[in-house]
Amino acid sequence: MRLKAGDFDIIVIGGGHAGCEAALAGARMGYKTAVFATNLDNIAMLACNPSIGGTSKGHLVREVDALGGQMGLNIDKCFIQIRMLNTGKGPAVHSLRAQADKHDYHRLMKSTLEKQENLEIIQGEVTEILVKNGRVTGAVTAIGDIYTCKAAIVATGVYLKSRIIIGEYSVNSGPNGYSPANRLSDNLRDLGFKLQRFKTGTPARIDGNSIDYEKMIPQHGDKEIIPFSFLNDTIEREQVPCWLTYTTKKTHDIIRENLHRAPMYSGSIEGVGARYCPSIEDKVVRFSDKESHQVFIEPEGKYTNEMYPQGLSTSMPIDVQREMYRSVPGLENVRIMRPAYAIEYDCIYSKDLKLSLESKAIDGLFFAGQINGSSGYEEAAAQGIMAGINAVQYIRGEEPLILDRSQAYIGVLIDDLVTKGTNEPYRMMTSRAEYRLLLRQDNADMRLTEIGYKVGLVDEKRYDWFMKKRERIDKEIKRLKEFIISPTEEVLKYLEKKGSSLIKSGISLYELLKRPEITYNDIEHLAGPGELKLRQDREQVEVSIKYEGYIKKQLRQAKQFKKMESKRIPIDLDYSKISGLRLEARQKLNEIKPESIGQASRISGVSPADISVLMIYLEKMKRDGGRDGA
Amino acid sequence: MFFEDTIAAIATPPGEGGIGIVRISGSKALDIAKEVFVFGSKKNQTFKDRYLHYGKVVDEEGNIIDEVLLAYMKGPRSYTAEDVVEIHCHGGIIPITSILKEVIKKGARLAEPGEFTKRAFLNGRIDLVQAEAVMDLICAKTEKLAKASINQMEGGLSGHIKRMRERLIDIMAHIEVTIDYPEEDIDEVASQSIRNDINHIVNDIENLLSTAEHGRLIRQGIKAVIIGKTNVGKSSLLNALVKEERAIVTDIPGTTRDVIEEFINIKGVAVRIIDTAGIRETLDQVEQIGIQRSKQNIEHADLIITVLDASSPLEDQDREILEYLKDRKALVILNKIDKPVKLDRKQIEELIGSEIPIVETSLTLGKGIDKVEDIIYKMFFRGELEISDDLMITNIRHQEALNKARRYLLDALEGIDNELPMDIVSIDLRSAVDSLGAITGETVTEDLIDKIFSEFCLGK
Repeated sequence: MRLKAGDFDIIVIGGGHAGCEAALAGARMGYKTAVFATNLDNIAMLACNPSIGGTSKGHLVREVDALGGQMGLNIDKCFIQIRMLNTGKGPAVHSLRAQADKHDYHRLMKSTLEKQENLEIIQGEVTEILVKNGRVTGAVTAIGDIYTCKAAIVATGVYLKSRIIIGEYSVNSGPNGYSPANRLSDNLRDLGFKLQRFKTGTPARIDGNSIDYEKMIPQHGDKEIIPFSFLNDTIEREQVPCWLTYTTKKTHDIIRENLHRAPMYSGSIEGVGARYCPSIEDKVVRFSDKESHQVFIEPEGKYTNEMYPQGLSTSMPIDVQREMYRSVPGLENVRIMRPAYAIEYDCIYSKDLKLSLESKAIDGLFFAGQINGSSGYEEAAAQGIMAGINAVQYIRGEEPLILDRSQAYIGVLIDDLVTKGTNEPYRMMTSRAEYRLLLRQDNADMRLTEIGYKVGLVDEKRYDWFMKKRERIDKEIKRLKEFIISPTEEVLKYLEKKGSSLIKSGISLYELLKRPEITYNDIEHLAGPGELKLRQDREQVEVSIKYEGYIKKQLRQAKQFKKMESKRIPIDLDYSKISGLRLEARQKLNEIKPESIGQASRISGVSPADISVLMIYLEKMKRDGGRDGA
Repeated sequence: MFFEDTIAAIATPPGEGGIGIVRISGSKALDIAKEVFVFGSKKNQTFKDRYLHYGKVVDEEGNIIDEVLLAYMKGPRSYTAEDVVEIHCHGGIIPITSILKEVIKKGARLAEPGEFTKRAFLNGRIDLVQAEAVMDLICAKTEKLAKASINQMEGGLSGHIKRMRERLIDIMAHIEVTIDYPEEDIDEVASQSIRNDINHIVNDIENLLSTAEHGRLIRQGIKAVIIGKTNVGKSSLLNALVKEERAIVTDIPGTTRDVIEEFINIKGVAVRIIDTAGIRETLDQVEQIGIQRSKQNIEHADLIITVLDASSPLEDQDREILEYLKDRKALVILNKIDKPVKLDRKQIEELIGSEIPIVETSLTLGKGIDKVEDIIYKMFFRGELEISDDLMITNIRHQEALNKARRYLLDALEGIDNELPMDIVSIDLRSAVDSLGAITGETVTEDLIDKIFSEFCLGK
């Protein structure tokens, strides 16, 4: 018996990191939203490592925050350690990473969802997506409830037909013993989606009481805490350490002796794993000359002894896991509380999506997170917030919000997935971003908050905060340009102390701040206290002045890039009819259906000459009065 | 206007024409003209719309490249509806490519196949029917270009560029991996070592730019010397090859007395012919200096053309001259076949071996000169390399890419010297890799990430 149980504007299938941001975005923008999870106890579960952020991932969290998302605010509330990585390098690659209390993170996010107006949380496995005349109309749960909707977002993570493998043992299961979603895969196939199978893995969780920390190196958090959210300028909190140890020759010998029992090598895993997330057996095989690998021991939370040994991900049988873990200094007597496992799951081909994350085939059906072939909490959250925004734009009948590669890491992430596709779980990396110096973590609000406000996701409080910050910064930059400092004895003495070349005549503070060795603090020493008191304001001013030359250079490149992005291509263009395009280009273009000339140019197999032909064809179409004039 | 950059290309068919035209289109066309062009008349020093201007094109050092006529057509009343400058120079590959290179040095970008017409269309200058033709043209031209590029792959510039690109990606991977994986125990590469690596690549680029063999043959022409006893017809041969109307005569100062150098054009291939003083034993000191020079010229030549008099028997002197041909690329001409032949061809064949071709001519009657040209062309481009505008263009394209990459690498070096963080230096490296990859349409990101994961052990 199937009964209508409810009617929503937006249905979000999945309550993980993508689903939560998507649901919150929909509801905050004023649309009646429901989020479905197979089990409400696994909402926003940190199923793998208990940490959020890291290189380029930290950037994503800041971007989600700047757009009005939740991840940054919640991790700020529950981190137990936080560090800014890469501080020895340039400002573009500084990256925040926090160790989370994973139970707190779940609880906080569940509570955020519960408090959110316009949002309903429902436990239930969605087994069918309803489609009528090429448009999504609703979803059906396993128990037969029918929910109607205008738009739906599929954010099922790794739960589609998931299978867990531990050595010779395997079971159809989601992460951590949660039920898999077995029927939605078939439904997606029926709807015309092609599916592929990916694999990822996680290490065992070990009992902290059985670890000898004396043999490990402690890793402490930053003394001065820099939070994720722009709404938090500073936070004071007691932090806990992580611990560093190393695998030994014995560890590697145990692995080698038991390789025949590793599912990755015995052939019982069919899914494609990621190169950046190899299991320890993978590392030992592929980099056989490396004598030892790092292992970071990370706490899972404040109220548990469970520890996460980063670096020891494996799908070896449990007896090998035990033996191998115990060969690592400090883990001689370790007790495994939960075994390590590999997990396989179905995901779609991200090339089947538009840049809005909407399906090319079915109107109103959006996809976000690991089902798109990505991996990582942050990558999921970033797609989630965009899918949420664009589901609303779809209902409103307005243009989707598409961030391009020069605007945000989110833009790089989605463009990579949609334009290039991925044949392994996709991870964000700073090296994927061409305009890295523009896409800094310190200026994510400058790049995105206004955009988030315009679509109605950023609230008045955040927007007001942002506008005032921008005003303060503009004013201060103007002041620094106008403030001329003279070569007094005092000034020269200070410059000499700083190892900075001496000035002969007056120089503006602005010019002085450009010197690599001079900081905003130094400027205050020389010219008295500046206008800016907040850490984030001072950082913004310092970075934008100090790296002005390089930033301008990248801005020029970005301008050129934008021009190509702004040349739109009708999505229903039939490339097979365009004479002059090479055959390969026709096939690739028909497959991707790019939305702009810029996107077309990034498709592998499409040459600059093809792009020329395409531009002429489009112009010809335009003059022909929009008729398909091949 | 639709486009921001200024483009340039050779607008005339390759090589053979009496004049060659370099066309420049875009907002900077006139500025570029001002930089490369020197007015012939002192009175008139301004460019007038839709007028022809007489003058010279000069390079950066002020050396005259060619005497030219320059036409200026202000947009939108031009072919592309942009500002257009056309430089009409002497035909032949040397002046026209040299001018094109100067124009590119001053900021124009080498036009893509069919790009002028493409601009004309997109700027509303030509109609729909013509547009079809443009698309086909781009398609056809691209295939030809691709073919030319493949030709070059064999030991040509492309191979070098590819290897250099790989080396740069290697350096980048080492920098990037420490950025994306700051906690892995991977040693940060010392900036000094990156500096050295980049310096090496810059050096290699500079060497490549100056010595690339095909590039040299096209830029400077094949260097050929004519040798033989006096009065066998060396000068007649030179005159026959140098058809006045397409010759560009360069007198090398100080050598006019004994060595005369001329540029000729054989099927689009530039050949620099040097007529040497007759080689014979002499006590005359002045003449001895001349002979000395001749010998040097022979040593450095790409081709030795030996002229023998067929109407007189082989002398010791001829034998000595033929000695020079050993293990060299050479051609023997038996001249004066209109007279009774007294020279034994078989005897010569025995002396020089079967590798060296022999051509019979009567230069006074103009007989056999076609064959000489044909053989010279085939000796250097045995059908493997099609010396055409396409090949030249790929060559210039490669050079353009190399020059661009060089500039970015110098920026990177400057960054290192200013102690900028490596992730910022890496931005310039990425631009350099992109410039090198532009030729083959390769982008950096995927290659870089492949490199990172194949070289380093990373992950949780």
